[in-house]
Amino acid sequence: MKHPFVRLFFASSVIVSLLFSSQAALAKDNFKICWSIYVGWMPWEYGDTSGIVDKWADKYGIEIDVVQINDYIESINQYTAGSFDACTMTNMDALTIPAAGGVDSTALIVGDFSNGNDAVILKDKKSLKEIKGQQVNLVELSVSHYLLARGLESVGLAEKDVKVVNTSDADMVAAYTTKDVTSVVTWNPLVSEILTTPGANKVYDSSNIPGEIIDTLVVNTETLKANPKLGKALVGAWYEIMAKMEADKAVREHMGKASGTDLAGYEMQLASTKMFYSAADAVAFVKSEQLVKTMQYVAEFSFDHGLLGEGAPDAGFIGIETPAGVFGDKANIKLRFDETYMLMAAEGKL
Amino acid sequence: MKRLINKRPSKPLAVFLGIFPFLILLFLYQVGSDARKAENERDKLLPSFSEIHHAIDRLAFTPSKRTGEYVFWQDTKSSLKRMLMGLAIAALIGLTIGLLTGAIPMLGANLTPLVTAISLIPPMAILPILFIVFGLGELSKVVLIVIGIAPFMTRDIYQRTKELPREQLVKAQTLGAHSGQIIVRVLLPQILPRLIDAVRLSLGSAWLFLIAAEAIASTDGLGYRIFLVRRYMSMDVILPYVIWITFLAFLLDWMLVRTSKTFFPWYHVQK
Repeated sequence: MKHPFVRLFFASSVIVSLLFSSQAALAKDNFKICWSIYVGWMPWEYGDTSGIVDKWADKYGIEIDVVQINDYIESINQYTAGSFDACTMTNMDALTIPAAGGVDSTALIVGDFSNGNDAVILKDKKSLKEIKGQQVNLVELSVSHYLLARGLESVGLAEKDVKVVNTSDADMVAAYTTKDVTSVVTWNPLVSEILTTPGANKVYDSSNIPGEIIDTLVVNTETLKANPKLGKALVGAWYEIMAKMEADKAVREHMGKASGTDLAGYEMQLASTKMFYSAADAVAFVKSEQLVKTMQYVAEFSFDHGLLGEGAPDAGFIGIETPAGVFGDKANIKLRFDETYMLMAAEGKL
Repeated sequence: MKRLINKRPSKPLAVFLGIFPFLILLFLYQVGSDARKAENERDKLLPSFSEIHHAIDRLAFTPSKRTGEYVFWQDTKSSLKRMLMGLAIAALIGLTIGLLTGAIPMLGANLTPLVTAISLIPPMAILPILFIVFGLGELSKVVLIVIGIAPFMTRDIYQRTKELPREQLVKAQTLGAHSGQIIVRVLLPQILPRLIDAVRLSLGSAWLFLIAAEAIASTDGLGYRIFLVRRYMSMDVILPYVIWITFLAFLLDWMLVRTSKTFFPWYHVQK
């Protein structure tokens, strides 16, 4: 074991053997879901600490482990690699990360959509048109990038009219205070933080494209098929939390504190989020024709930026199934919007 | 004596024993990749060798659709530029302050505690301050490298200067040299190869700071690319980049050794 290569070899073989172990999608009764801090996902934190998730898991005789992951992208990567059975993510990330990585995924719960939470902010300029020629700091290839592309489109500009600089979301607020940053695209709570600085103007936000940036809980389709109990327990727990969240200020305060702000700060973020408190609303949203159209925009943006993988010849390479119809390749459906379980909740059958 | 501990490998066997672990590693990777691919043919965690080859081909030998640049070489160029600037500035700071404080006790007494204190500040912790002071552009990336490694080099050079035999200084003085001459003619030539050693030792941290800086705000660079495609778990891009970075680090180190041996052969005889 003296030689460094020998040690390296042993260490690596341990790592490789770990990589072998991927999740088998067989019937089982132990599940792990992950979530990260975001206004629309804080209910999972409440469901975990208040015991609501456990209560519903017990009802269906399974166990559900709720894990918070600090890094959003890391949580999706973990889910994609098979370490989790379900994870919170946006519609675009669900398409470009797990679905593009060949993991058949189902949006089990459509919890909300961003209705102003994501925004384009210009320093000392008041209209989106003035962004032309500027350097724009944002998390590249994220929903921010998508929002920018949609915004530019709306004023007749294209991405080549600006210069995109990839900037970590953790450093966005500090970055905004520096001289050479003149425009940023980011999401809450960063947006409200940046808007407190004088001269910061919100010129375009996700309320201009309502219903296009959707926050969901995504479940591995095979796992869900083999274990319908998991779907029932998760959806049941979710709408119990939703009812409490809508009715009880103390619950919202708890969620606000858990996300690092207070009741006022959290309600401000909720104001720019369209929460689907009732399962019936979520079902109506998922069943609408508009969702197919939205997913088409998202798929086209993703394809233009090379996010659908090497082999993708066009935007429809990955099939996206919604109750209103399929966008893209019917033989390669990897992302599904499924209203079944939410419908059960709406009808009180859980 | 025919005991295991006395057996030495012949030259070709030694070469083979050196390469063998790499082969095993490649083999294990291949098996792991196949196993994951069998379950999900589009698995991204352990891409197949042909996928990696495609990724290299696309990034290094095909002009980018969006900018017309060869992404891989552009990244390499930007990163190396930042790296070399950072190393050069840090080495210069380390040499100047380290040598002067080591040679002139009046300076050393006042400066060393400050340098020690600065070297203990974790640069990543004060990153937001660095941004505000130096902006988000090229400068801040180079500054992060410099702040990360210059204090260490300064302390090292200070130590090495102190270590030089006092007799040499006495001898130079009896020959009539003044302080300036002693620093330039006696100390500096002996410190230079030690500076190269210090640079070699700080290469690892310098890369770390470079990649961290590029991950935060950037439009190109090796670290930027890794953090960009990390979002899509494109291991077919990340793995070749990591190997390339390792190779570049090795190359830099090797060139420093060569330089040292060419210009300061006496230093290597001593060792």
